[in-house]
Amino acid sequence: MDVLDVAWRLLAVLLAFLTLPLLVGQTEHKVMAHMQGRVGPMYAGGFHGWAQLVADGVKFAQKEDIVPADADRGIFRLAPAVALLPYLLVLVAIPVGPDGMVGQAVDAGIFFVLAVMGVGVLGSLMGGWASANKFSLLGGLRTAAQLMAYELPLLLAAASVAMAAGTVSLTGILEAFQWWWVPWQIVGAFVFFTAGLAELQRPPFDAPVADSEIIFGAYTEYTGLRFAFFLLAEYAGIVVLSALTAVLFLGGWHGPFAGDLGWLWTLLKTALLAFVVIWLRVSYPRLREDQIQRFAWTVLVPLALLQIALTGVIKVVIQ
Amino acid sequence: MALPGSGLAKGLAVTLRTMTRRTVTAHYPDVQPELPPRSRGVIGLFEENCTVCMLCARECPDWCIYIDSHKETVPPAAPGGRERSRNVLDRFAIDFALCMYCGICVEVCPFDALFWSPEFEYAETDIRDLTHERDRLREWMWTVPAPPPLDPAAEEPKEIAAARKAAEKRQREAGRQEGDA
Repeated sequence: MDVLDVAWRLLAVLLAFLTLPLLVGQTEHKVMAHMQGRVGPMYAGGFHGWAQLVADGVKFAQKEDIVPADADRGIFRLAPAVALLPYLLVLVAIPVGPDGMVGQAVDAGIFFVLAVMGVGVLGSLMGGWASANKFSLLGGLRTAAQLMAYELPLLLAAASVAMAAGTVSLTGILEAFQWWWVPWQIVGAFVFFTAGLAELQRPPFDAPVADSEIIFGAYTEYTGLRFAFFLLAEYAGIVVLSALTAVLFLGGWHGPFAGDLGWLWTLLKTALLAFVVIWLRVSYPRLREDQIQRFAWTVLVPLALLQIALTGVIKVVIQ
Repeated sequence: MALPGSGLAKGLAVTLRTMTRRTVTAHYPDVQPELPPRSRGVIGLFEENCTVCMLCARECPDWCIYIDSHKETVPPAAPGGRERSRNVLDRFAIDFALCMYCGICVEVCPFDALFWSPEFEYAETDIRDLTHERDRLREWMWTVPAPPPLDPAAEEPKEIAAARKAAEKRQREAGRQEGDA
């Protein structure tokens, strides 16, 4: 692997990181609007408001960057970067197509990906703590509680797939993938996807940001580009979660003509899951904080354990 | 008993179905809205009909109609006749910043000098410009639509009913006279 090859791969990952979240954001604008009988942005860019997020970005860049007087300045300013960058790192390790079509194949892929994704949530926690604002603190603590509750089912569901494949490498899992894994791991897929949604603090699990209740939680004091980074982190998180779910549970690049069009299958499955993320946001109201906790501990964790037991039994039977 | 989770599925179905339907958004500045008949947009003044009776200004709950006038004497129409005095309108203005669009002035005008027009795009950046003087009010008259036709089963208009009754009465009287003759 020479320098040029590495540079190309990193450039491709960076490009995906810069475009895909915006694409998801624009899709959310439009899909959400149409699901509510509206048309959404129509003017920016001329054709059906395709440049709305570019316009938003320009607006955010023009805004004053304010740090509250009592805030912990260093941590306050660092938090958006901590929230955003982990998703870039995760994207590097997600295989897009067969035959080494991946930024960097990591041997302990699942570990790497889940650990780094967990770091992203720390950004909200840091922001919430450093803002010197009670709403921010409430949001940060809710974030922490949610991270504690949902990291476990997320890991257990991913572990089930690793057991089925006999490897923790993402490329290895995809190579071992068979179509009947989808029904076999369907419960795990549900747990993983739902727990991932909760980690991203997406509706209906958005009690930590809850704009109408605690005024965007950890992001209350943020303005301008730093606030935009937090928003971008949310959409990057959607891309990463959808891509991971597609890779772990829906067979990633597997599909007809996978040899040539494998990358397209990955993108297609990711896009479909991202649509589901948006769809859930439009359809369901926000869960209360105690409902969120109860759902994690009494539904998702048992389901994940059940899935692991099932995976183990079937794995033993077929060997 | 409903299946557990059927409510969640129903919620998803509703949003998905809405997505496939046409949106209800009104594309206002690009597409003009289709207003219902008798829409109250702005009040037009047909000043040729105005006799400066002041009824509109007095009935206005907001007191947003300003009328100034003076009297002129008109020379007798026939020689040896009496001089007549006549009201001449100097100023007629409606302050649409105060107007609450109740339409009482239009209702109360005995000479059909005030009309509703459906035009509504006359926002201003200075509130004083919302006071429309008589020439501007006269211009709105060109935008007043013809009155919409009555409903098929509606009662006969008062004027026509009165005219018909009068005609019938005259006919009856004429018939009686012929009978007498």
